[in-house]
Amino acid sequence: MAKLIAGMGTSHVPGLGAAMDNGKTEEDYWKGLFAGLEPLRGWHQANTPDVNIIVYNDHATEFSLDSYSTFTIGVGESFKPADEGWGPRRVPEMLGHPELAWHIIESAMADEFDLAVNASMDLDHGFTVPLSIAYGQPKEWPTAVVPVCVNVIQHPLPTALRCYKLGQAIGKAVASYPDEITVGIWGTGGLSHQLGGERVGVVNPEVDQRFLDNLSKDPLANTRLSHTDFMREAGCEGVEMIMWNVMRGALGDNVEEVFRLYHIPVSATAYGAIILENR
Amino acid sequence: MEREYDNIPGTYPLDSRTYRKGYHVNMFLMSLNKAECRDQFAQDERAYLDTFKMKEDQKLAVIERRYLDLLKLGANVYYAFKLVSFDRQPPQVMYGQMAEPRLTFDEFQQMMLGGGRPINGNRSVEEWNNG
Repeated sequence: MAKLIAGMGTSHVPGLGAAMDNGKTEEDYWKGLFAGLEPLRGWHQANTPDVNIIVYNDHATEFSLDSYSTFTIGVGESFKPADEGWGPRRVPEMLGHPELAWHIIESAMADEFDLAVNASMDLDHGFTVPLSIAYGQPKEWPTAVVPVCVNVIQHPLPTALRCYKLGQAIGKAVASYPDEITVGIWGTGGLSHQLGGERVGVVNPEVDQRFLDNLSKDPLANTRLSHTDFMREAGCEGVEMIMWNVMRGALGDNVEEVFRLYHIPVSATAYGAIILENR
Repeated sequence: MEREYDNIPGTYPLDSRTYRKGYHVNMFLMSLNKAECRDQFAQDERAYLDTFKMKEDQKLAVIERRYLDLLKLGANVYYAFKLVSFDRQPPQVMYGQMAEPRLTFDEFQQMMLGGGRPINGNRSVEEWNNG
């Protein structure tokens, strides 16, 4: 049977990808952050699973006002980095894992989750930046991926609890996958940030740290926050944090936090990363 | 219909109201994902905008790069990024232009390096009015 070894949460700020792509990680603005990420990269090197399920959101790249499903799962054999307005990032294509993706779709459907299915979506910074954070700049990514896209930009959004329950359904699906493979799950986006309007630049370390604490101590507390709670307290785009609930929901009751980094600022964002090992 | 989050100050979420108001301007912005559309827009901004069913004030806000006005006219910030990228500008230029009070690139960077905009005093319109 497949084994879900761990979850990671990380922000997916595009500037982080650009810093790596353009060789700026040694500059004063970035070097503290990238030094802080070294242990995370060490952990990933020692614990590379066969597949990572990566929960992300599309930023008006592949999905838009014309069509944006609440939850979409990628079943392609491979996925390309997207052109989101400045040309695609020069990072390797991502190999999919259609067998696991379809198994999750079938298992989740039986659990009342109707996932939209997509075979050809290009993946934007929301997906590729976390891969670069974890694995640096390899010629090929060391794992296959299953993309899970959550609508966190076009209201109405799924509730924080719904995201957690989706995670539980994914966790159950992985546990019943017949092949002996190892699997990781990542929640991306956040932490507190607001990118638009007169209040742009608002961040909230207290709310962010509590959210991170809750992931191991009281994960259900993070499911009781409304979208307005997130938007008011953690910035309009801070609501992306509900995607971390999918990651947490997939893990078991007992997790051990083995890494945490919190850093302000990355562009207009409070950067957060965490690794939770499944016990 | 009013929403619970309407009294968060200086905040423009994409919901069914902005969706309808901003549909065409956002679809224009989204088109800039494609290199051939960026070329057409670069050649003649006005002529390219005229191929979309946008309102005149939306077109002018695009041409004059008035980002806060664009949000007020229904654009969403994730879509607006495409225009910033088209201009090869860092996003902090747009952030500073939307901020109250308005900030330069350097001033916005300094605010963030100093820990960002504090949440206290910025939670609600009431806090703003009493501040």
